[in-house]
Amino acid sequence: MSALLSLSSMSVALRGRAVVRDVSLDIASGEIIALLGPNGAGKTSLLRGALGLVALSAGSASLQGDAPHRLSARARALRVAYLPQRPQSIWPISVESLVALGRFAYGAAPDRLEGVDKAAVEEALAACNLTPLRSCRMDEISGGEKARAHLARALAQHAPLLALDEPTAGLDPAQALAVSEIMRSHTAKGAVVFSTHDVGLAAQTASRVVLMRAGSVIAEGLPREALTPENLQAAYGRRGRLVEIDGMLVSAFD
Amino acid sequence: MSSAARLSLFLIVLSGIAVIASLWLGPVPLAHPFANDAATHTIVWDIRFPRALTAWIVGAALGLSGAALQGLLRNPLADPGVLGLSGFAALGAVLAYAFGVAALAPVGAIGFALAAAALVVALGWSSRGPASLVLIGVGLSSLAGGLIALTLNLAPNPGALADLVNWTLGSVDGRSLNDAALAGGLLVLGAVLILIAARGLQALTLGEEAAAAIGADVTRTRTLVVLGAAACTGGATAVAGVIGFVGIAAPHLVRAVSGHDPARLLIPSAITGGALLSLADLAVRLLPTDSELKLGVAAALIGGPVFALIAARLASRSVEA
Repeated sequence: MSALLSLSSMSVALRGRAVVRDVSLDIASGEIIALLGPNGAGKTSLLRGALGLVALSAGSASLQGDAPHRLSARARALRVAYLPQRPQSIWPISVESLVALGRFAYGAAPDRLEGVDKAAVEEALAACNLTPLRSCRMDEISGGEKARAHLARALAQHAPLLALDEPTAGLDPAQALAVSEIMRSHTAKGAVVFSTHDVGLAAQTASRVVLMRAGSVIAEGLPREALTPENLQAAYGRRGRLVEIDGMLVSAFD
Repeated sequence: MSSAARLSLFLIVLSGIAVIASLWLGPVPLAHPFANDAATHTIVWDIRFPRALTAWIVGAALGLSGAALQGLLRNPLADPGVLGLSGFAALGAVLAYAFGVAALAPVGAIGFALAAAALVVALGWSSRGPASLVLIGVGLSSLAGGLIALTLNLAPNPGALADLVNWTLGSVDGRSLNDAALAGGLLVLGAVLILIAARGLQALTLGEEAAAAIGADVTRTRTLVVLGAAACTGGATAVAGVIGFVGIAAPHLVRAVSGHDPARLLIPSAITGGALLSLADLAVRLLPTDSELKLGVAAALIGGPVFALIAARLASRSVEA
């Protein structure tokens, strides 16, 4: 089976400035890939380039064998669900209507869901613990609840690949772990690639980590093997290490 | 029945009452609008009915354009008047009149509305907040106003000048069934284009990039809405001149009752716009002024303060957030 996502020497330039340089990566079903690196390392641009949301300056990307920019928006949405770093709900629609937008590519009308569409939305609401909030308006709920609503929207899309840009930003530890569990349970149906600044959470959750700096990958592999003190120093410019306490992986920086 | 459907039904009834009242009430008192004498027949069916119908269609076209543009630009201050579409449509018609080709006025209005819509969307697409977009609209409106003034300034004779000034003030006085048919035909065309794009407007609630990521064809949505809004606004302006604020007020009234889903606002906003303008036109006909107050003037007098209120409320909300 071909990879859900395959990047080959992919580079992305924004206004002439290289933000992703020569990245190659394959993501197969069952994997969880964490993108790590300091602010501006190119994690978001890597995801956007991989999804065809921004043009590549060199190399190629493929989603299940097809270049993303050659797929129609609908065909792409059936292969990958994307959660942007700062998801928006410009109009204060209800949580349920927002999640229902995840069924857009299937032709579902958010206010008249039936059958599979309805079941997918119910399942996503339940997975993100949002069922009691389903009728609340998006401007009436907390930041953490908003983040979960947008994650539920991505889950409802039922795409094999989930591409999540900082899905745990702004969440409390319990909610961040809940997101980690949601990602793990998705591996039964496909793969996840997510970016984060939480090195410990990435190490606990991911099957593989990709550590970036200035657009390039400086280390890739199993969390314990790639997140060495030397690599963390190279990426973040600070002494850091991954330690295990009571079976939990946590990161410490000095 | 959903709240949007109940609201639409209520507004259809209200529109019906406004239209029937327009047939009955006016400067010439009638005992019964459906009386069977020749004079009543002429007054009701040749004068009052085409006027009332035109007012409703123009209001509906502006309300629908406003709702569609607000959804497309994700901006509650968007409206064909504020964004300069109406001004450019008026310019197109004024140029046709000034060059003595009155028959081309509708074509000019629609063409110029389309050009303005394309310009606004191109310039304002990536603008972040409501303010920058409104500033673009203010610029375009001023430009259209300046060019209209220039055309009037160079108008060939005083008679033409008076006609043109009257026309730019906005009115449905003396409109015929042909006018209603022109605006109505373009309203239907615009509504079809906009309703095809309705789902795309829902997707744009997530912002442009996320809308594309859930499978929406954003370029197609943008093209359909721009064409649809230009058809509606061009048709409305071609027959009634410049009438502001219906396009911004109608969607806001609907949102207060039936929520913010941009697709479900469209038809109720059209019916609200129709009802609003029917009632406003009834009011200007019944006001005991020496020369009749122009509908466009009345709309601006009511709509201006409403616009300022909405803008102030939005400003205070974004401070809280």
